[in-house]
Parts: sequence; C-alpha cells; structure tokens
Amino acid sequence: MATMVQAVRMALHVGETRLGVTDIFGEDVGPPLGGVFTATQGLKTAWNTPLDERGIVGAAIGLAMAGQCPVAEIQFCDYAFNTIDLLKLAGNTCWSSNGDWNCPLVLMTPVGAGIRGSIYHSHSFDAQATRLPGWKIVMPSNPLDAYGLMLSAIVDPNPVMVLLPKALLRVKAGPDELIPGEPEDDRTLSKMIDAPVGDRSSWEPRWPDTPDLFLPIGPLRLVRPGRDATVVTYGRYVPLARRIAEDLATEGLDIEVIDLRTLYPYDWDGLKASIRRTRRVLFVNEDTEITNFGEHLLRRTVEELFDELLAAPRLLAGKHLPGIGLADNLERASVPQREDIVASLRALCAETRSLSDFRAALALRLSKGNTDASEALALAYTRR
Amino acid sequence: MVSQVLSPPLPQQLEGPRPLDPALQIRIYELMLTTRLLEERLIRMYKQGDGFFWIGGPGEEAFNIPLGLLVRKGRGLDYDYLHLHYRSTGTLLAMGANPVDALRQMKNTATDPYSGGRNFVGHSSIRAWNVVPITSPIEVQFSIAPGTAMAQKRANSRGITIVQGGDAGTAEGDFATCLVWSSRPGAELPILMLVANNGWGISTPASTQHGEKYIADRGKAFGIRTRVINGNDPEEAYHELKEAMDYVRMERRPFLLEAQVSRLYGHSSASGANFVKNEVDCLAEFEHKLEERGLLTRARMDEMRERITQELLDASRRVIEEPQPDGATVWNHIFADRNYVKEGL
Repeated sequence: MATMVQAVRMALHVGETRLGVTDIFGEDVGPPLGGVFTATQGLKTAWNTPLDERGIVGAAIGLAMAGQCPVAEIQFCDYAFNTIDLLKLAGNTCWSSNGDWNCPLVLMTPVGAGIRGSIYHSHSFDAQATRLPGWKIVMPSNPLDAYGLMLSAIVDPNPVMVLLPKALLRVKAGPDELIPGEPEDDRTLSKMIDAPVGDRSSWEPRWPDTPDLFLPIGPLRLVRPGRDATVVTYGRYVPLARRIAEDLATEGLDIEVIDLRTLYPYDWDGLKASIRRTRRVLFVNEDTEITNFGEHLLRRTVEELFDELLAAPRLLAGKHLPGIGLADNLERASVPQREDIVASLRALCAETRSLSDFRAALALRLSKGNTDASEALALAYTRR
Repeated sequence: MVSQVLSPPLPQQLEGPRPLDPALQIRIYELMLTTRLLEERLIRMYKQGDGFFWIGGPGEEAFNIPLGLLVRKGRGLDYDYLHLHYRSTGTLLAMGANPVDALRQMKNTATDPYSGGRNFVGHSSIRAWNVVPITSPIEVQFSIAPGTAMAQKRANSRGITIVQGGDAGTAEGDFATCLVWSSRPGAELPILMLVANNGWGISTPASTQHGEKYIADRGKAFGIRTRVINGNDPEEAYHELKEAMDYVRMERRPFLLEAQVSRLYGHSSASGANFVKNEVDCLAEFEHKLEERGLLTRARMDEMRERITQELLDASRRVIEEPQPDGATVWNHIFADRNYVKEGL
C-alpha cells in the first residue's frame, strides 16, 4: 500500500530500468537524501545538481535534445518561477522549429498548501503551468494515478509536467488504489524501498515487481457518479470532494465528483457530458483565484453550456493573496476548506433558474438552428 | 553619431597569426563575402518592406566563418551540438546552409525551412546538423548547452557542445549556470563557450555596465581554460578556435573563448541597420591582406562581389513570390506525435 511519493519512486524505477530514463535529477535528488520528499531514493540514475533551477530546466532541455530521457525535479514549485523563460522554450521548441525538433522531458514538482509550508512552500502552479502552451500538465490525486501518469509522462515525446500535491504525498493508497505487484502491507513495502535512517551508503532497495501500467494523459476520472451537481477538481481536493459527496448523500444531495487528472490537454468532452447530466457545476482548486485555471473551465462552461445550466456555475479557489501564512488560521483562511466546499455545493444545489426562462432560451437557440439544444430542450420538459 | 569601440586592448600583442593555406584563405574570403552580402540583402529586403525585422551578424564574419568550417557537422552525439545566437548566419553558411533559406525566413514564407515563417531571420534550426533552434531570449542557450554536453560526455563520443552568445548576455544568470555546470568536479563537460564581444548591448556600451576587464576571466575562477582573441582576423580566429576545439574534443573539458568583434550595422533594424564607419571591418581588412599577398586581385574580388550580389538579388525576387504560411497552420506542431530527436541515434 504505497503512498504517492513511494508510487512516484516505483514509477521512476520502472522508468530507468525499462522505459529508457537516463537522468533523474534536481536539488538533493541523488544520494544520500533521495529528494526532500524521498521521491528519488534508491534510484540508479538519480543525481544532485547545483542549487540552480534554471540550470536544472536547461539541462533537461539539452538532455532531451540529445536523445536522452530526463526526469527533472524542482524541489518546490515555489522555486520554479525563475525558470518560466526556460519552461516556455521547452514548450515552444517543437512549434517554433515548425516540427524540426521535439523536446521530450518530464518535470516533476510538489505543489500546493496543506503541510503548513508558509509563504514559499505552499504555492500552487496549475495556473502558471496551464499558461505554458506546448506542455502537457498532469496532477495525480492518488498513488496509483501518480504511478500510471508518471509512466505515461516518461514515454511522451513532449514536455510533461507532473504536479504532485504536497498534501497527498504521504497519504496511503485507498483499497482501490493499489499498484499491481506492490505488497499490501505498507510496512513490508517500506522495508523494501525506503532508505534507512542514518548511514545508507551500502543500502540497496528491493523493488516490487510492478507492471508497465500506463495511465493515458488526457482522460478524466469519474470518481463518483451523481445526479444533482458536478464537482470538478484535481490533486489534493479529489479525496476531500469524494468524502464530502458521500456525506451530502445522507442529506439527499447526489454529487458527481470528477478528477480532471490532466490539466492540459484536458478532457472537455468528458467534462461537458457530466455538466450536461447534472446541469450544475462547481470547480475547486487552491491556486489564487484571479486568472485561475478554473476560470477558464468556467468560461467554457458558460459559453458552451449556458442554456443547459440550472444554476450559475461556480469556482472555489484560493484567495488572491501574496502568500499562504504559516499559522493554521491563516492557511485555513487562504485556500478552500471542507466547510467552504460543502457550503458552495449546498448553495449550488439550492439554486434553480426559472424553468420557463430556461425553456425559452433553449427554444430560441433551437430556432436559430442549434440542433445541440434539442436534446437539452427535451430534457427541460421532462425533468422535474 | 556613433560611439567608439569600447573593448579593452587584447591581453597580448600577437605577432600575427600564421597564414592559412591559400586555398583555405580564398574559401574563407568567399564565405565572409557571401555572408556580408547576404546580410546586406536582408537589410535591403527589410527596408523595402519585404520582411518585418532584421537582425544578424555583419562584423562577426571573421570569427563565425572559421567556426562553421571547423565544426564536426552531423546528427547525434558523435557530432558537435550548436547552441548559436541570432548573429550566426556566417557559421551556418560555412557549414553549408543555403543562403536562400535566410531570405525565406526574412520574408517569413511557408518555405522557410527553419521555422515555416514563424520566427525572425537569423533564428535557424537544423536538426540534421545538431543546430538547436536559435531563440530571441538572450543567453538561455548557456543553460541548455550543459544538457547536450552531458549526453556527449557519457557516450564517450567525439562530439562537443558549442554555445555562443554576445557580451551583454553574459550578465544573465545563464552564463554563470554554464560556468558552474560545465566545471562540476569530476563531471566536467566538453563545452566550448564562445563570447562574441562587440562591446554593445543594443544601445548600451559594455564599458558602462561591466567592471570585469575580460569576460573570459570569469572562467578562471572555475579552473576553465580561457582565451581572448581578435575575432576580426579570420586566421587568428581559425587557429584559436581549432586549438580550443581540439582541447575540448580531446580533454572533454570546458573552454571559454572571448572574441573581440565589430558590430557593423548596429543591433538590428530597430536601430536603423546602417553601416557604422568607426569599427574595424574584418572583410575590408582581409581583402587588403589577400591583395597584398597576391592571392586575389581587386578586380577579381569586385567580380566576385558583383556575381554574388546579383545571385542574391535574383534569389530574393523569387523568394518574395513564394507562398506565405496559411493561418490555419498555427495549430501544427504544438505537440510532437513521435520522438524525432531519438530516432536514428
């Protein structure tokens, strides 16, 4: 029963033994530490770099262009901001050379709040990352997904960013989130692949035999089907949203939970289908709310699905603050908490646009030749 | 009104480099001349409205041509990787690039083989020769170069990584990145760092911003072998580049070479792209030398100039009739469908 950080480590082991990974590198990534979160302990190709994030991203680009298969780590995404220039280059290399070069690299970095990390260990990166065209961006919400998405990132011929939600790195897998081949007992796994405390110079990991289980980049995961509203989230809020949905079910609210998994290229068809089913949607993430990635999804929802919605679509995101304060009360006041999500969902489900307005709007669109609307119109007359 | 050249004097008085083989001298001259005339044609195209922007390297020919001739050209780790800058057209011509392709990039045609009309002139990309895409951000190539050099070192190949920038860009952190990453103890990299020092950053004289006497001196703190040369003399450049490249190729260690060069048409079209008369013109100087040595007559050189000028003019007339890229193609090549860089390595 791996944690997410162990799952990443096992995926990287598969990467360097079977998928051609040549370099796993970053600050404190190699021995003796194996990463500040231990994601790279015991790996053959892990090495330490100078304390230079631009150098790390630059080296990854150069290695990629020389036919290598690099996985680079930025220790905390909070320290990736001085690399934006190079991240842009990685993303535009294929396009600007009109397809002459591609740039196959993986960049992984822990993101988000939840570990009392104060101002420079709590940043989110989803808004920044999704503003880098040419990159694929994934964010797992459990160990099994982290394993499968990392393997897909490694074999992708493009730059792929793996955003690892810090708050979930040490959370153990749920019963349906086991990686095939891993020991079910977490203590057995730990003895096999966690470096011992103290001298590790002669330590060798014993890797469980885990398969090449690729989780495709793109498709979302329907975590829990529901009828009354859709929560669209990723990373750290997925398990929370699932628990909230289970609790609200006892109040008679049936919430659908979607784990986006891939932020780009995201699964719009899957999202649209869910929003059309429930006709109410709440987007949740912890990045600051102004020019937030959820705002983009919300904009598309409004533009393409407005007439089919029963309530105004909502975004619950981090406050537009310069940082996350260290004190518990400060952090809780900065990023969405359980009670905020519950309150948003209750309000969302309580709101219903006038059904006659709704029918009129649909009929108008239908009269303009929008055949997409016909199905929704039929639904509007049959529902409730 | 132009300022004086502000580079400090060279650290040693050279007696003058050994003359190269006469055939090579003539070859270098022809390439220098072609490069200069190509740049002048590009400037003319800009001024006539056949291109939105010009940037290039007139004044760097005496350095860039020998570099291109000395490169171990090819694809993959056994050949040299080139992380060049937007004044490197001469290097590419010396490697065998077609001058007409620069005209195509100037006119941003669909036939531009470097970017399909997406990027400014001078921003080449030739994967077949390990030339990575040249970009507008200054100095980022110095952060990327250690990556290709690491792969070459590991492969025990004969290839080296060559990275080139200007003097102003060395103020960026990426230059320090390259110094640090190429000299990690026990993991030294086969990188040749080239600084073409023209004494300017757009309108800002280097002497007003840089306290170091020679940029190359910064390498010394890292145990990197360094050299400052007169980049306006193609024979000196040839010998010094060859020595530096041989060292990097054999020793698999970094080398930092600073070449003092001229900037003969200013920064770019944004600063007018007019000829400046108070900087050394490497082409005129080399012509004088060739004449003195009896290798080429003035008449012969005039004839060559006339012929190449006419060829480039004719080519530019054809190029401006070539198709422009279709707007719908903006969606092409955002993502690669397969791993090109790995294929055939």
